[in-house]
Amino acid sequence: MEETVYKELESEEYFINMGPQHPSTHGVLRLVLSLDGEIIRKVEPHIGYIHRSIEKMCEHDSYQQIVHLTDRMDYLSCHINNEAVCLGVEMGLQLEVPERVKVIRTIIGELTRLSSHQLWWGVMGMDLGAITTFLYGFRDRELITDIFEETCGARLTMNYNIPGGLMFDIHPNFQKRTKDFITYFKKKLPEYDDLLSNNVIFRERTLGIGNLSKEDAISFGVTGPTGRASGFSCDVRKHHPYSAYNKVEFKEILRTEGDCYARYQCRIDEMWESLSIIEQLIDNIPEGPYKAPTKAVIKLPKGEFYQKVETARGEFGVYIISEGQKSPYRLKFRSPGFSNLSALNHMAQGCKIADLVAIMSTLDLVIPDIDR
Amino acid sequence: MKWLYDFSYLTHAIHKGLSERFEPGTVVILEMVMVGVAFMLLFAVLGLVLVYAERKVSAVIQQRLGPMRVGKWGTAQTLADVVKLLLKEPLINKDADRFLFNLAPFVIMIAAFMAIAALPFAKGLHAIDFDIGILYIAAVSSLGVIGILLAGWSSNNKYSLIGAMRSGAQIISYELSVALSLLTIVVLTGSLQLSVIVESQADGWWIFKGHIPAMIAFLIFLIASTAETNRGPFDLAEAESELTAGFHTEYSGLKFAFFFLAEFANMFIVAGIGATVFLGGWMPFHIGTWEGFNAVMDFIPPIVWFFGKVGFMIFLMMWFRWTFPRLRIDQLLTLEWKYLLPINLMNIVLMAFLSLMGWHF
Repeated sequence: MEETVYKELESEEYFINMGPQHPSTHGVLRLVLSLDGEIIRKVEPHIGYIHRSIEKMCEHDSYQQIVHLTDRMDYLSCHINNEAVCLGVEMGLQLEVPERVKVIRTIIGELTRLSSHQLWWGVMGMDLGAITTFLYGFRDRELITDIFEETCGARLTMNYNIPGGLMFDIHPNFQKRTKDFITYFKKKLPEYDDLLSNNVIFRERTLGIGNLSKEDAISFGVTGPTGRASGFSCDVRKHHPYSAYNKVEFKEILRTEGDCYARYQCRIDEMWESLSIIEQLIDNIPEGPYKAPTKAVIKLPKGEFYQKVETARGEFGVYIISEGQKSPYRLKFRSPGFSNLSALNHMAQGCKIADLVAIMSTLDLVIPDIDR
Repeated sequence: MKWLYDFSYLTHAIHKGLSERFEPGTVVILEMVMVGVAFMLLFAVLGLVLVYAERKVSAVIQQRLGPMRVGKWGTAQTLADVVKLLLKEPLINKDADRFLFNLAPFVIMIAAFMAIAALPFAKGLHAIDFDIGILYIAAVSSLGVIGILLAGWSSNNKYSLIGAMRSGAQIISYELSVALSLLTIVVLTGSLQLSVIVESQADGWWIFKGHIPAMIAFLIFLIASTAETNRGPFDLAEAESELTAGFHTEYSGLKFAFFFLAEFANMFIVAGIGATVFLGGWMPFHIGTWEGFNAVMDFIPPIVWFFGKVGFMIFLMMWFRWTFPRLRIDQLLTLEWKYLLPINLMNIVLMAFLSLMGWHF
């Protein structure tokens, strides 16, 4: 008798298309969810909805032009992406850039990381239903965007780095405004903790959700704050310092829990570290030229060059194969979002739909970075 | 101005005027029509005012201005939105159950109408004064969930269905807490009739008179009623970041406007019940023997007191919505069944004890 009752109540898996247009996929990511009631059995990401074949386009562009394609990928880490290509080309040319350039690149890179994390924090709150955080994140991000606007003229898809140095010198106001921002944001960052980190509902929603062990993080190639929250020491700035990172003191934020809250806390702590890095450098920008002289047509010597940097999302690599021409023979980007997304199915299995949203937020996906 | 403090003068005058001109049967029908029209107008005004208030409150919380362009301070923004919704095409998707799909918004609105009829707005301004008022409101306000379930089922959309199922589980659970927290006060008043409950608070509101159990009951009522109206942090039924728009994903135009209006109407109703039972309804705020102070408070008309208290409750709910993250469905049910319900039951026993010993004021 009992058996028949059980059979009648047996449930059946069903599918839901989450995306390509969905509020919490933050772009045109399509997830096919197999659900048992509200419990997720399988998540299958389908990507390619905004594939623009950037890598193929690179094969026909000059090295100076390639730089401008990279900020269309991870638009929140645009300066860091540009820096990666510039560093790769400089490595190929064996070009030593002036110290001033290195320091400015580091400051700009950390400001980019801060603005990316601020936006992530806002969106994270919004995904969990606290819409106010979104506005708070944007309020603070606006100041960095203003600094960038003054420096390079754009507020999104910014370009400042070029192979050999910078497009132009920093604006006279740059140092003052950056310092103003640091004093302002040091007061505002504890507000973030008040609003989300210490909220009971928020902690309930994130603690112990979406666990990713260190071994899994390594085998999925998960990098950035996501990987470091699982205890995987993968900060490129620390292990393979570029620009001025070997001159500054900063901690690599490592946590061992590997859940959503650890990933959240990792990014919050990284914001403090970024602030401290900028503080150390902002008064010590050396004098000198803002770019090293390069030829109008850059031709890399024959060979293969790989340069990686730490973007706000993780390890971003540029792999250039040159045949000695003015454009690369083949260029491959190693984008952090793509690898991080691959761990989603592993993390979300057995969770509820609401947890999936939290997990996706803490992965901090930028879809153009995944699709390229 | 006498009628402003006691609406029974006004209602009696209207009744007398009508009785002189018409048959008794016609008078009843005419009065019913008048009350119905009055409630419809109230709903329309409530919708306009509360939507505007919600937008401005959220704007203040989020450090922005909110609507500013349409009319002075954006006051005509809601009107413009209503016009937009009226002009929109009512889309029905191909595989929807058309009859139920069209019925659902009306079920929700009817439930709201039925509940609001039992609220005492001011002295003598009370459509139906049931002797089982609280029971009636608790019963009727939970009818709205049928509309949500119908909407979710008939839309033939999986997001809608998940939203409706969540909503069903949520409202049925939190219904208990709402009713039990109201019962805590009924233990003190000894009556379910709302007018009697209001009158019993002439010398002090129950939240102050009932000691700690009344405050606990008020807190539970606040949490549970926010959950019952499907508002954040309990807005799982429409959780826009998970289910796009939940049960009303497929609705557009006027039918969507009905769901939207019903949300605000329900918020008004639960705030009204809370104000009536815990905060003294239309009774002014009095402090013991401070004659002067009490006289000043008495000078403010009861209807202002009622809407002021309701406004305060609604502001609290808006504050919740715009600051807290959303709960997950299992956490939501855990909160109700493992925390609120046991605390509530204990609280009733405590209150009964207090009442028995006569320890309340």
